[in-house]
Amino acid sequence: MTVTTAPAPRNQTPGKPGTPGKKPGKSRTPGEGRMAAMLLSPTLLVLALVIVYPLISAIHQSLFRAESGLDADGFVTEGEAFVGLANYADLFVGESGRRFLNAFGNTTFFTVSTVLLETVLGLCLALAMNRAFRGRSFLRASILVPWAVPTAVSGLLWRWIFQSDGIANTMLGSEILWTAEGTASKLAVIIAEVWKTAPFIGLLVLAGMQIIPEEVYEAAKIDGAGWWRQLGSITLPLVKPTLLVAVLFRMLDALRMFDLPFVLIGPGKESVETLSMLAWDESNQLRYGSASAFAVVLFLYVAVVAIVFVKVLGTDVTGANRLRPVKNRQKRKATRSQKAEATR
Amino acid sequence: MTISELRSLATDSGTRGGKRTADRQNAGAPLPTKKKRTWRSYSVYAGLVLIFAYCLAPFYWMIVSSLRRTADIFDNTLLPAPFSLENYVKVFDGSTMFGQALLNSLIVAGTTTVFALVLGVFAAYAISRLNFRFKSVILGVIIATSMFPGISVVVPLLRFFTDLGWINTYQAMIIPNLSFAIPLAVWNLTTFMKQLPFDLEEAAMIDGCTKWQAFRKVLLPLAAPGVFTTAILTFIHSWNEFIIALSMINDPKIQTATVAISKFTGATEFQAPFGEQMAAGVIVTVPLVIMVLIFQRRIVEGLTAGAGK
Amino acid sequence: MRQRSRTWQTLLTTTALVTAAAVSLTACGGTAQEPKASANAAAAFEGKGPINYVSNRDASGAANKSIEEWNAAHPDEKVTFIELPDSADQQRQQLIQNAQIKSDTFSVLNLDVVWTSEFAANKWIMPLPEDAVPADQMIPATVNAATYRDTLFGAPYYTDGALFYFRSDLLRAAGIAAPPKTWDEMKAACAKILALPETAGMSCYTGQFDKNEALTVNFSEAVASAGGSVVDAEGKPTVNTAEAKKGLNLLVDGFKDGMFPSDAITYLEEQGRRAFQDGKVVFLRNWPFLYASLSATDGSSKVAGKFGITSIPGTDGPGVSTLGGRNLAVSPFTANKATALEFIKFFTSEEQAQKRLSLSSRAPAYASLYEDPAVVAKRPFFPTLLESLNNAQPRPKVVQYGATTKAIQEEAYAAITGEKDTDTALAAMQAKLEEISAK
Repeated sequence: MTVTTAPAPRNQTPGKPGTPGKKPGKSRTPGEGRMAAMLLSPTLLVLALVIVYPLISAIHQSLFRAESGLDADGFVTEGEAFVGLANYADLFVGESGRRFLNAFGNTTFFTVSTVLLETVLGLCLALAMNRAFRGRSFLRASILVPWAVPTAVSGLLWRWIFQSDGIANTMLGSEILWTAEGTASKLAVIIAEVWKTAPFIGLLVLAGMQIIPEEVYEAAKIDGAGWWRQLGSITLPLVKPTLLVAVLFRMLDALRMFDLPFVLIGPGKESVETLSMLAWDESNQLRYGSASAFAVVLFLYVAVVAIVFVKVLGTDVTGANRLRPVKNRQKRKATRSQKAEATR
Repeated sequence: MTISELRSLATDSGTRGGKRTADRQNAGAPLPTKKKRTWRSYSVYAGLVLIFAYCLAPFYWMIVSSLRRTADIFDNTLLPAPFSLENYVKVFDGSTMFGQALLNSLIVAGTTTVFALVLGVFAAYAISRLNFRFKSVILGVIIATSMFPGISVVVPLLRFFTDLGWINTYQAMIIPNLSFAIPLAVWNLTTFMKQLPFDLEEAAMIDGCTKWQAFRKVLLPLAAPGVFTTAILTFIHSWNEFIIALSMINDPKIQTATVAISKFTGATEFQAPFGEQMAAGVIVTVPLVIMVLIFQRRIVEGLTAGAGK
Repeated sequence: MRQRSRTWQTLLTTTALVTAAAVSLTACGGTAQEPKASANAAAAFEGKGPINYVSNRDASGAANKSIEEWNAAHPDEKVTFIELPDSADQQRQQLIQNAQIKSDTFSVLNLDVVWTSEFAANKWIMPLPEDAVPADQMIPATVNAATYRDTLFGAPYYTDGALFYFRSDLLRAAGIAAPPKTWDEMKAACAKILALPETAGMSCYTGQFDKNEALTVNFSEAVASAGGSVVDAEGKPTVNTAEAKKGLNLLVDGFKDGMFPSDAITYLEEQGRRAFQDGKVVFLRNWPFLYASLSATDGSSKVAGKFGITSIPGTDGPGVSTLGGRNLAVSPFTANKATALEFIKFFTSEEQAQKRLSLSSRAPAYASLYEDPAVVAKRPFFPTLLESLNNAQPRPKVVQYGATTKAIQEEAYAAITGEKDTDTALAAMQAKLEEISAK
């Protein structure tokens, strides 16, 4: 019945170096360090391969500017000049400064509003999926659907739903121009984005709920705690780490939002222009220096948001809390319970 | 408060062990007791219906649109009239190689998921169970790779992969996909493993299990919901990846489904192939959901069964 | 907590290190100035062998037929069709990416006419020899659109011009003999037609006014039809003029007076077609592509047999269409340039254009094909289209077309939505365009 019986006697092998308990007083052994390095190096290698080169090349690029202008024959003059931080400085002044601030505001607004709604909805989804009722597996499948639809396709789908003569206006009996500049377009993006990504939070939180041991709830029931009480003092605190990771990853994605407003509303619509769209637009107009500057600024913004998020809300996932070494007392206790179960 | 602490509280009252693995499947979070089944339980069911509707109504619209003829693709009737499979036929039309594209998507997303999970589980184990220096730096660096805007990665990567001769290869899609999948896997699994009580493994190791055995037979089965969810999320994410796959691949034999969809053309260049796109959307979504349903049961059961032996 | 803050401190340190590495790279790099290649040096078209044709898919299959024919005749110089996405933005992005890494995969490129200047000026396509296209047999505007600074850079593949669709049944019902030739005549006709009981709820006219390339097209046509221009022959912006104002005001007043449907600010070509096809507007400016849909007799079109086609209206006479269409060009980074040039000549020849006409509705660049009785029988609007094309103006031929069209869209959109008045919008547009052309 229980997991504690997993190590059957036939599997017993002599403890290897690095096994906790070998040196009870010392928590960091050279063996563990080596093992950790071994376990982590493939991950770091792959990430370095994909990200480090683009990142360095973007930072490098952002310090240069193509020598604009045409030569006598009408060809673009080649070569680019080192301009230091001028590309960054230009982000904040004049017309481009206005666009940057607008995009910055949109990005922040979309991130806050969509992640907030997704979190609430995702929690509801997870609570619903975690209940026992007939058709639960169907509910799980249907919740997966929005996340499974490719982003490009869902963008198109919503675009046609939000057409001036589309189903949204027909059902609402309204004549809202969702895809024109204005507040309605922001709303359209939020509706479609929340639809698409709330399942992400829902599924992760559900997994977090599934590892909460049943006996914890049973104990609470014995104490007479009602549903809300259990939700507030058991479920939410216990899924908090998972929820925070889910929200963190959603924020990182939402801050870099690109496809959905691009496909649903269209490029160049300032009401929904995000920082990623601005970076795309700059590189689309072959201004790679400022495009890279945008990308780097966005990167820093995302990093700052992540740092603040982790600091303020505090999740233990980053914390390298020293693992407690196995104490002799526990050892005895464990052995005792082991024996007790074996004799059952 | 951590699960370990709660658990030890519960343990003291004599319910030690992991009997939840058996119970969880049908119990879930507690339902209100029978006598309380009044307006509240109705409102709960009303909420469930709303959730169903919000998730499925747009998808329903996608299905209905895919079953219309091109000529009346923009009708707003709730049922396709006249009903037509024309769009589905066009999706699998010879020149598209959509079947091949689906297979390619499966290869790319499947490989990405397997690598991400293996690397993610190793890394998460190291971070949550081993003592070593720079742990927090490593977690920070791993998530930092998820912070760079995806569209800015394309051109440098294209240059890099061209130099490596990786254009038109699967790894040119898989490795960039891993850059999203691994951070999610590592962070998520680390959270899970940290929440799981260390004492079970300790007990196993005291019994003479090696770390590896304790990990495989105790920790991994307990982390199964987290591993499985991470697998679904990373699989779907790479299944839907578009811009890298578009840029790195120009051979239709290697292209993925999302890229194939982008190449659908309408009757003329001003007419979007909306019906075909929706049909293709349905085709790539439905098997995925069914697959997850089947695997969900199999994998979770398999892992928990393994734990109970 | 202490542990966590260390995470992020170290992360910041790492970021700083990466930045430092990037800066030191720049110090070693400096600015590389390549020797300036002479522009008119006869580009060498050398090398024979297999090549790739890079284009969005041709739904009609006509392009594939031409390629098959070439491949059958040239087994050692086979052409492979590399398909690009349907979206023009994505096509351009892929083409530029491959040019930037000087990829030899892309040999023959299918380019929108508005990309010609940009690709030519950046040396992403090669100047073609004079004899690459039979220019004297082609509609002059199409050759002009393939030319950058008097050098031919592309071979016209197909072209596109604006047409004016009208409801012949409603004109007849209102007792109007001939379709309007000017905006004033159109307004007068609408006054009569919209007074009819059967036209309740209809609007007079629509074009395409979403903030998109289509708005640039409609704006340029309005300005040109009023006698103005967006840029002059030297590429200098000229939108802050009385003529341009008159042109833009046609659109602004159209919205203000309720002559256009209010949701036309979300219209692209397809939405315009639907509005006309569903009987929501009397007049429509659009490309030729919708002829087939409008004429459909399967019940999907409410206007089959009830519409006519003529040239778009101007202020004093027929208006001026904007030119659309595609050119084929050769990438300088491909190995087999001789084959590429030969293939372009073959593909854009009159013979192939004529063959493709049997499958595809794309308008050919050859004037003679518009008068072929067999073609006209199938596409009765061809003589009108030829007229439109003979009168057509290219969109601004500027290197920074992306920035130019964006500036036009932004200001024109602000004017038609009433956010700015016409004078302010045009002054701002002029300033933006001047800044772009000064670069």
